[in-house]
Amino acid sequence: MILPSLVLILIGGGIASGIAARRSVVVARWIAVASVLANLSMCFGIWMAHLDRSQSSTARWFVECDFAWIPQFGIRIHLAIDGLSLALLLLTYFLGVMAVLSSWTELQERVGFFHFNLLWVLAGITGVFLAVDLFVFYLFWELMLVPMYFLIGIWGHERRIYAATKFFLFTQLSGLLMLVAIIALAVLHHQSTGVFTFDYEQLMQTALSPRTARLLMLGFLVAFLVKLPAFPLHTWLPDAHTEAPTAGSVVLAGLLLKTGAYGMIRFVLPFFPGPSHELAPIMMTIGVVGILYGAVLAVGQTDLKRLVAYTSVSHMGFVLLGVFAGNQIALEGAVVQMISHGISTGALFILAGLLQERMHTREISAMGGLWETMPALSGAGLVFAMSSLGLPGLGDFVGEFLVLLGAYRANVPLTVVATLGLLAATLYGLRFAQNAFQGPNPHHWKLPDMRPREWAVLGLMMACLLWIGLYPQPVLKTVRSSLAAAQQRALPQEIVRR
Amino acid sequence: MSHADFAALLPLLITSTAAVILMIAIAIRRNHKAAAAISLIGLAAALASLAAASSILPRQVTTLFILDSYSFLYMAILLFAAAFVFLFAYDYLKCRREQPEEFYLLVLLATTGAMVLAVSRNFASFFLGLELLSVALYALIAYVRSESISIEAGIKYLVLAASSSSVLLFGLALIYAESGSMELWQFTTAMSRTAGRADSLLLMMGLMLVLTGVGFKLAIVPFHLWTPDVYEGAPLPVTAFIATVSKGGMFALLLRWFHVNSGALAGAPALVLSVIAVASMLAGNLLALRQTNVKRILAYSSIAHMGYLLVALLAGGALGAPAATYYLAAYMVTILGAFGVMTVLSGPRWEAASIESYRSLFWQKPLLAAAFTTMLLSLAGIPLTAGFLGKFYVLTAGASESRWVLLFTLIASSTIGLFYYLRIVVVMYAQPADPDTIVDAHTLPLPLPAALALVALTGLVLLLGIYPASLWDTIVAVTRDLG
Repeated sequence: MILPSLVLILIGGGIASGIAARRSVVVARWIAVASVLANLSMCFGIWMAHLDRSQSSTARWFVECDFAWIPQFGIRIHLAIDGLSLALLLLTYFLGVMAVLSSWTELQERVGFFHFNLLWVLAGITGVFLAVDLFVFYLFWELMLVPMYFLIGIWGHERRIYAATKFFLFTQLSGLLMLVAIIALAVLHHQSTGVFTFDYEQLMQTALSPRTARLLMLGFLVAFLVKLPAFPLHTWLPDAHTEAPTAGSVVLAGLLLKTGAYGMIRFVLPFFPGPSHELAPIMMTIGVVGILYGAVLAVGQTDLKRLVAYTSVSHMGFVLLGVFAGNQIALEGAVVQMISHGISTGALFILAGLLQERMHTREISAMGGLWETMPALSGAGLVFAMSSLGLPGLGDFVGEFLVLLGAYRANVPLTVVATLGLLAATLYGLRFAQNAFQGPNPHHWKLPDMRPREWAVLGLMMACLLWIGLYPQPVLKTVRSSLAAAQQRALPQEIVRR
Repeated sequence: MSHADFAALLPLLITSTAAVILMIAIAIRRNHKAAAAISLIGLAAALASLAAASSILPRQVTTLFILDSYSFLYMAILLFAAAFVFLFAYDYLKCRREQPEEFYLLVLLATTGAMVLAVSRNFASFFLGLELLSVALYALIAYVRSESISIEAGIKYLVLAASSSSVLLFGLALIYAESGSMELWQFTTAMSRTAGRADSLLLMMGLMLVLTGVGFKLAIVPFHLWTPDVYEGAPLPVTAFIATVSKGGMFALLLRWFHVNSGALAGAPALVLSVIAVASMLAGNLLALRQTNVKRILAYSSIAHMGYLLVALLAGGALGAPAATYYLAAYMVTILGAFGVMTVLSGPRWEAASIESYRSLFWQKPLLAAAFTTMLLSLAGIPLTAGFLGKFYVLTAGASESRWVLLFTLIASSTIGLFYYLRIVVVMYAQPADPDTIVDAHTLPLPLPAALALVALTGLVLLLGIYPASLWDTIVAVTRDLG
């Protein structure tokens, strides 16, 4: 029962917060924080209970629950949690709390409806990470879009309607293609076995001809590549990230992008081992192109949020490279990259929000010399910029290093080119830190430094990045067994060699 | 005819009797409340008789009618839809200067016509039902005589519907000339004929002409040209009636006689229907993109939705007919809700048709806006709404029979469709710019019957989207013996 309650607490919390805001805005905010914290502590409980068992136990899922829903099509509300989903859920709730806290003063209009949407997005994301029935997975996949659409469309910046609509249309079209692939898979399973089911483990056993498998995989892949986003399908991202309010950007960059990578690891690799091996060089190339393209474009941006958005494209390129490199190290690197990117990019968006709240601009050229008026905030900004460019000791470095290490085994030239992305990353990271915080203060900004609440948010995020950067072992240990399970079907020969 | 035959025909008899009683009541004394009450009681009695007569099914009554669980299900859906139209119409008519009583009379007659379509098994009953429906609609569309746009729409519908009826009649005549039979099952055989065998030219021509007549009522491309104008010109409750009862009755007939349960669809009619389906989905959604009038948007969207229904019909197989029925039920609930919200927001002199009349509705009437959002998301096919499961069933039916062209057109066009549904949603949630620019409609009080109907419809949309199992079972049982 603990898994459905994760979703239900957020849904209930959203409604309660929406109603409470009519009386008191502060109560609404506290309800939101409390419900996300409740989920965080529950996940922490699961983590503590299963941290040691994950190696020895043979059971695939830590916790699972299973109810019949639409029996005629074998659709069940089947939720299950393993190391991978647990790690991502912890990230979800951590960033969820940060998102609520970071909009504490920024957001003053329609507070109730805002928190309602924010919590419902989190509920949708929770469902995506938990569902092991493909129909339910698709349901949550779509469901997280609608509140996100409202978050961008109502509380966003200047071009919010355009950005929100573009975001929705991109994800909806690709999602529908995935739905057809899911249905086709279930129908094929029905035709070969006579059983209608959308269950993860049963559909995995479906016998597919290579051609069908390739087509179905493309259906899944399109949805995940759009969400990730991979290079030619990324155009919704800079707009959506830039126009969204701070909390929206944090959730988008920190969590929504991760659902794409999660889908690839959870569904594409184990369902279609043959085609994913065939397509791996292409996908890795797309990943590398994304790394370079995102980094180069980030160098040229003048809008701080847009800059961070393009760095996301670049970082997600590493994730794609790692997922399709075809070995355990790269896959683990991809997951670490997902988590640390969630934190560091989330922090950068929060930082951009803090700057915009104080300065009412996101233009980097309007900043400069902020260190003399806001030393603490600028220091934090420097840390997160360094993490984003992959400084050793901070989270992103571990992810990128492992990905490159693994990818080197699979494809040396691509890895070498991908490394160039780190060079460009240094360029945009340093340029941002230099132009915004260092140097003279030409605009004579006199701004208040960080308040205790902001200290808490950014401080915690910094601590997490340091932890992952210095001692990533707990994370790796948590996700290892589920990654091995994903990999096992993907490339049996790799497992033998290791 | 035996007693049991009469018992099976009771739903039809009761609705027509209710119309006669209402006519007499109006002649004695005009009273809006009494007229509404008589019609609602008539519908309720007809529904009750459906339940009572369900034990003696299936039953063929004369050569004209076939009464089985399929037609009973469709009649129930039509009766419910008509009841919701009454609930919305009551306050709409009350605040207008027209004499409201005849509205109920005409709607009762038109509903009877639609029900006859659902039970007919012969050319004669088919045509009678169609004309009963159409003639009542001519008057209904032009019901608000103070509006010139309403009269224009009425005339337009009159001319086009009359000519399409004559085309249909000619088609029926050709088929009769070729086969010497007036039974509707000839359509089914024509649809499933194996490709090798040459069809008789007369029969094919007849079938095409019949499809023209049917297509006109359903407003599918290329017979859709009347839709936006009539939707825009007709009073809102009448628009809701056209979108639901009129199309639902005709679709019941189409699904029963053009659907092939076992074996593949083949030959020219299947090809023609596929082209029509693809064209309807694309044209409907593309044409809706640039509209600024919500009634016109919903008119074009209805064309697309009829295209989705045709996909399920063409898919055939064990899932095709249930999927189409589920989709139709979901669509009817949703579109009734959408037009219901629009009716509630319409004042005594104007209708809430322009997209601007919904500006920042959410911040003034959150519940009403939430209901409208639910309806629009259901039309767009977002999960947890009836529309999504309908679309899921249609996709599953299509995938089981490998109708990939139709499926991919459906996906592409419903993404296009999402764009204009979102446009309405965006306007509703936009920040109110000035307190004095608040649209007057948002301050209107909410009439009780319409409010109750809206609560019921929103509940139904969510129920059908979350718990489809029982309705689906019923539909599967009901459609098992078709084609």
